[in-house]
Amino acid sequence: MTLIKEIDYGTPESKSEKLVTLTIDGKNVTVPEGTSIMRAAMEIGTEIPKLCATDNIQAFGSCRLCVIEIEGRNGTPASCTTPVAPGISVKTQTPRLAAIRRGVMELYISDHPLDCLTCAANGDCELQDMAGAVGLRDVRYGYDGANHVFARNSGEANFNWRPKDESNPYFSYDPSKCIVCNRCVRACEEVQGTFALTISGRGFDSRVSPGMDEAFMESECVSCGACVQACPTATLIEKSVISVGQPEHSEVTTCAYCGVGCTFKAEMRGEEVVRMVPWKEGKANHGHSCIKGRFAYGYAHHGDRILNPMVRESINEPWRVVSWDEAISFAAARLKAAQEKYGKNSVGVITSSRCTNEESYLVQKLARQGFRNNNTDTCARVCHSPTGYGLSQAFGTSAGTQDFDSVDDADVILVMGANPTDAHPVFGSRMKKRLREGAKLIVIDPRRIDLVKSPHIKADYHLPLKPGANVAMITALAHVIVTENLVNLDFVKSRCDWDEYQDWAEFVALPKNSPEALESVLGVPAADIRNAARLYATGGNAAIYYGLGVTEHAQGSTTVMGIANLAMATGNLGRRGVGVNPLRGQNNVQGSCDMGSFPHELPGYRHISNDAARQAFEKDWGVSLDPEPGLRIPNMFDAAIEGVFKGLYVQGEDILQSDPDTSHVSRALANMDIVIVQDLFLVETANYAHVFLPGATFLEKDGTFTNAERRIQRVTKVMSPKNGYADWQVTQLLANKLGLNWNYTNASQIMDEIARLTPSFAGVSFKRLEEVGSLQWPVNADSPDGMPIMHINGFARGKGKFVITEYVPTDEKVGPRFPLLLTTGRILSQYNVGAQTRRTENTQWHPEDVLEIHPHDAEDRGVRDGDWVKIASRAGETTLRAKITDRVAPGVVYTTFHHPTTQANVVTTDNSDWATNCPEYKVTAVQVSTTNGPTDWQHQYRELTEQSRRIASAIDAAE
Amino acid sequence: MSHDSVDKLVRMANQIGKFFVAQKHPEGVASMTDHLKKFWDPRMRDAIIAHVDHGGAGLDPIAIEAVKRLRHRAGAAASGLRPGEGGADG
Repeated sequence: MTLIKEIDYGTPESKSEKLVTLTIDGKNVTVPEGTSIMRAAMEIGTEIPKLCATDNIQAFGSCRLCVIEIEGRNGTPASCTTPVAPGISVKTQTPRLAAIRRGVMELYISDHPLDCLTCAANGDCELQDMAGAVGLRDVRYGYDGANHVFARNSGEANFNWRPKDESNPYFSYDPSKCIVCNRCVRACEEVQGTFALTISGRGFDSRVSPGMDEAFMESECVSCGACVQACPTATLIEKSVISVGQPEHSEVTTCAYCGVGCTFKAEMRGEEVVRMVPWKEGKANHGHSCIKGRFAYGYAHHGDRILNPMVRESINEPWRVVSWDEAISFAAARLKAAQEKYGKNSVGVITSSRCTNEESYLVQKLARQGFRNNNTDTCARVCHSPTGYGLSQAFGTSAGTQDFDSVDDADVILVMGANPTDAHPVFGSRMKKRLREGAKLIVIDPRRIDLVKSPHIKADYHLPLKPGANVAMITALAHVIVTENLVNLDFVKSRCDWDEYQDWAEFVALPKNSPEALESVLGVPAADIRNAARLYATGGNAAIYYGLGVTEHAQGSTTVMGIANLAMATGNLGRRGVGVNPLRGQNNVQGSCDMGSFPHELPGYRHISNDAARQAFEKDWGVSLDPEPGLRIPNMFDAAIEGVFKGLYVQGEDILQSDPDTSHVSRALANMDIVIVQDLFLVETANYAHVFLPGATFLEKDGTFTNAERRIQRVTKVMSPKNGYADWQVTQLLANKLGLNWNYTNASQIMDEIARLTPSFAGVSFKRLEEVGSLQWPVNADSPDGMPIMHINGFARGKGKFVITEYVPTDEKVGPRFPLLLTTGRILSQYNVGAQTRRTENTQWHPEDVLEIHPHDAEDRGVRDGDWVKIASRAGETTLRAKITDRVAPGVVYTTFHHPTTQANVVTTDNSDWATNCPEYKVTAVQVSTTNGPTDWQHQYRELTEQSRRIASAIDAAE
Repeated sequence: MSHDSVDKLVRMANQIGKFFVAQKHPEGVASMTDHLKKFWDPRMRDAIIAHVDHGGAGLDPIAIEAVKRLRHRAGAAASGLRPGEGGADG
């Protein structure tokens, strides 16, 4: 194994189709027009010395190391800023060029510390490399003059010197090593789009400055690490590299946070991760990352991790640490006993959207083959199940229509109920890049998310609708498109069911669906809605990106279908730059759905009642399968409270914290005879568990994740599982104890089985993925290399289906007792229930959940910024601190659900989407009042948690 | 099934009905019946059928009609969760 080093071409790729041929050092090279001479040289393996150039940012031409000579032209131009031209002859090395470069390096080094041997970048320093490349042997100027290197010059304080900024927990900034190449500043602008960095001062005074010469942690910096990656010296460097040293090998793997699916090089020293560096070849992230993927992996060796299996007779007892065999035997015996006593349908499983495809596949197989029922569900139930239902109704496939790169061709971007810069940050950066290039932006969100206005980004229209009014909004937009004759009739006639279109058009054109008629329901000026609709329909390629703000509603599925209606009516499907793009929440939520985790369908979205599909599995698995749909997660809870659902195996999902109406979930769990939790930590659900099976992190196992673009990518084991087993192996132990006789010795064998039984995965194998990097399903005989853009010549279902989207107000209405609407979301630094990110330094950015409240609502209630407030709904109440902000409209409050002590889901209700039972997280009628401290529930819950985390054995779980 | 659970099923069925009653192609009742068959597990379907057999209090007309058809279509195939039914013998 070696350290993967990608080639740095110095400047970005040119997209021109016109080719230009030139000569470099006597060799012919043909490249696209607009390519820099530096890049053209690198294409033939000639590395021109450079410091300020790197190929993920535009050429800057400041370091003057990359000078060249061009026959017939005067001077020594910089090769990074000089484009190729036909027939020119370039020389990259002449005595004159060598002298210039040596002179430049001499100046750099005269103001740079000479501590190379003890410098953290030793072995990975471009300045060091360039000193070697240009043959620097002497620095004639000495080191005694004005400099940024020494705190004191001849005993006097040196005001040019600045101390290290260690404020960021993940990287340090040492201004004394800075060569002011601007790469960090440009990466922050061009790649990340945050504009947190600048250069303060001029000439010799120039220094990199976070914000207004602030510490990194006090600036707008979002800690994505693009600057650290861009830095050619040790000025900005990971603290992990400082403490461990340079890595010696690396493996490509896929991030286990969020549905963007960034690929990383895990740079290792033995089994220790030195750092995670986003992989340039990664097609989802193209070498960029966010704070979570790059830095927040420390949970893998956090002391809270449980590494030994544990059991207990009842949930009131302390845990007993036991052997794997005892834990698995205990679990299997209890599952069997439950089925014998209460029937075969009395037990079920929840697959994990954080685990691999192979692991989810095995867990649902355990239910279907082992329990002989279809009681399998997954976290997607509570996030994107309406996407699965809605898009399969409209188009015939349960997934987004585009790849992420498609956004580069979008002219109009409509973002609805999604907050990409926080929840899908790397794609958010891509989107912002396109917006800075001039694409128009429509944001439909009750809250003023960062995209609405941030540096160099401003939404053309922000439609801050009232929570719960999504369907009315979508229908009002459709009303404008239909009544103002903006429909792409050619597309509709050729691609969609014409009768259904006509019914739909007639419905949306009704006066009751006009923006004016719906103004009071929506709380948005009708003129803005009209303008936004016109822009979407006529602005060129228009792409819709949406998130859980669309799906997690009583009418979530209706809104998804309404979005599909808009895209079909305007012909915005089937090519680059357009489409319907769900931004999926968890890393593998797309994959867990693909793998047959839902109770009504087999892998590949084939309904369980489909005889042909079922028979294929029956033949392979040697059992007969139940053709009836099983229980969905909320149905499991209801059945448990009824007393007929008694056993649950939960892999990598903290339902007690993440699912709505916590007290309902607690009662359901408490009513079960056997709850098996497989996880990294004693998560909240484990309070009600009888068996705890320690899980493995993504660093400790092989498999695949599938991201929001349907992209299947490899997860690579880079260290031995601290708990002893990969998660799929644990499921296999349980399956075999139940008599299933599985014999997988490698995760790739599981993928082979998936491919064998799932037509859309027919061409997927680990070998193939290793060859091509990634594949977007479907991968079959018709599209052997996968399908980046779907529905190009026709919809998967045949004709596109228009659906009538009648607005039905949610039952969750404000009134005198609960006059405010609570909506929930995420924040950049934390992930989901926070089980991972809370166990990293990311808590420095977000130590607790806070309640955002509008100044008017706060004043009415006597709430000041930072006060403890109680938030109550008909389901329950909890307390947290208030943050007063006009990001939320009057009448709306907002919080996140990352912290178990807050328990935001104590207040959310059991309302759900009509089609899928996806909970209505985004709308809860609440009241907010000042309070002195935690509620009774919070006190009781803390006691319960302490009780249920007692471990009796002397063998301690953590290292 | 307890009153609470039946109430919840009634609420869910009415929600589904409100979507399908608005559709024109194909006919709403048939689509709703199909939806229940595809997404509700047999025990939930048995419970809502039993509720309709007892008058279907609280259910909207489309929901009652859809559930009635569900019974006809389900027929003998409905295999609910019943106490004492076989164990995990596979």
